[in-house]
Amino acid sequence: MKGLMAVFRKELADNFNSMRFIILALIMFGGGVLLTIFVAAQNIRAGVTETTQYIFLRLFTVMGDSQLLSFPFFMSFFIPILGIVLGFDAINSERTSGNLSRLSSQPIYRDTVINGKFLAGLMTIAILVISLVGLISGIGLRMIGVPPGAEEILRLFTFIFITVVYGAFWLALAILFSVLFGRVATSALASIGVWIFVLIFVPLIGSIAASITNNDQIASYVSLISPIALYGQSIQAILIPSHPVMFVVSLYYTGLEPNPLPLNQSLLIAWPQIITLIGLTALCFAGSYIKFMREEIRAT
Amino acid sequence: MNDKVIIETRDLVKNYGKFVAVDKLNLSVTEGEVFGFLGPNGAGKTTTLLMLLGLTDPTSGTATICGYNSTKEPVKVKQLAGYLPEKVGFYDDLTAIENLDYIAALNGLTRKMASKKIDELLDIVGLSDKAEAKVGTFSHGMKQRLGIADVMIKDPKVAFFDEPTAGIDPEGIEQVLALIKNMAKRNVTVMLSSHQLHHVQKICTQVGILAKGRLVAQGSVDQLGREKIAGGKVRIEVQLAEPSSKLVKLIEKVEGVTGVERNGDILLISCENDLRRQIARAAADCDSLIVQMKMEEFGLDEIYMKYFSEPQP
Repeated sequence: MKGLMAVFRKELADNFNSMRFIILALIMFGGGVLLTIFVAAQNIRAGVTETTQYIFLRLFTVMGDSQLLSFPFFMSFFIPILGIVLGFDAINSERTSGNLSRLSSQPIYRDTVINGKFLAGLMTIAILVISLVGLISGIGLRMIGVPPGAEEILRLFTFIFITVVYGAFWLALAILFSVLFGRVATSALASIGVWIFVLIFVPLIGSIAASITNNDQIASYVSLISPIALYGQSIQAILIPSHPVMFVVSLYYTGLEPNPLPLNQSLLIAWPQIITLIGLTALCFAGSYIKFMREEIRAT
Repeated sequence: MNDKVIIETRDLVKNYGKFVAVDKLNLSVTEGEVFGFLGPNGAGKTTTLLMLLGLTDPTSGTATICGYNSTKEPVKVKQLAGYLPEKVGFYDDLTAIENLDYIAALNGLTRKMASKKIDELLDIVGLSDKAEAKVGTFSHGMKQRLGIADVMIKDPKVAFFDEPTAGIDPEGIEQVLALIKNMAKRNVTVMLSSHQLHHVQKICTQVGILAKGRLVAQGSVDQLGREKIAGGKVRIEVQLAEPSSKLVKLIEKVEGVTGVERNGDILLISCENDLRRQIARAAADCDSLIVQMKMEEFGLDEIYMKYFSEPQP
């Protein structure tokens, strides 16, 4: 346990001191805050006339002219990069720098190294997400002057939780590749490759399958293998209580007027996606374990 | 020095696919020894060290340190054993102190204990003035010395050094060897692998020669030399002021002498054991002046070459 804390503390300090993290965090803060605030400030008035419920949440969901400018999309794009940046060289850089031999000859279990690095990465993601959401809430509160209701705050916390889980998946994937591949460049490319595949090709495959079978539902099914889609669907259910537009729901709710769902109902809708994300994370983590635990650690 | 066995392997085997890296290795090193592990590249030295430390699993057989099985109880073993790998690496953007701090924390030392210990160790390895410098600026020799401090943080009972003198300058080598010797004085059992035979000869009390994963010889340098080069005999070299054939005959008659070779004013005498006293008496008997007399010392180089120039049984 002592070893885990030591690794955790060291890695956390490393994360916050690393230039690549600082750059990425600056981009996320700058881009995220500015874009969301301006877009929300411009478009939120138009939204308020329709319904007066959950105005504060709209800070996070109202889109600009193009869909790219919504906060959830922004997060679903940048969180994978953050996870990959924090994890892609976790183990193989220790190996090539000759530190792994030294570390693994200390009286700690070998998984302590992976666990510590994973937890430190998770903590880093959580800190970043919380501060980003906090910053937007603070600025937004000043701009629109409508305080969030209790349920809205709960929904925001749920959103933070899901976002951290989403980040955990990419972090675990990147760590898995850093265990599997000896070279840092290979593991970085593999992680980015998976991300691009999921980001671009999975929706493409989905729409092709849908057009072949003439069934729009197919695209939604295909998207279920994509962590990006899982994240998008789950936060949509949480952040937009009145429009949980998902295929599961639309099967049963077609024709109904969009009514805001209570939080537990929103959670119920998002739950399968969240569990799948956690499962995928666990799968990547287990893979790293199996490979790393009994591996030979040679200092060359 | 007592006979407590600290490092032991039993029928240790490691295969990489079809390649046999270590082949039924039986080895034991007793407390307080400095054991030199010799052998050509690819003989299985590093692999054996890794198995002893639990950094790789043996195919069969067992490796134990102080009675703990390295494969099954790696954490216990790593509490007792320190390891300096061949290509030691530190975090280049951390200072010497920060690097050691991390290792101290992994060993469960409290902050207070660690900082005292680190100051002490940096002093021992002569890096006190570089304590706050980033390790990225260190030379290879300095890193090696920092590595020794790194090994000593946990107060090991056993220390493994893989090629500790490779790639550093002569002064650095002297410092590293002195530090290792110093550790042995503190009753740390040391096992080091090396190609640089005269370094090994300088500090090792025992050597083991490994070839193709098998231990072909183990013993002190003297013992191995006597067995391999002198055919189990002692050779005494005597330089005389006025060599005479009378003296040669006299020496040949001394009990235990098996042969005398004359080479100018030098006599090379093979005998069963140390007969210097008797030889001196013989010389005195026929009034010869001995300029010098010495037992032949065996260089590890010769022993080593002898092992690898002959076909292995």
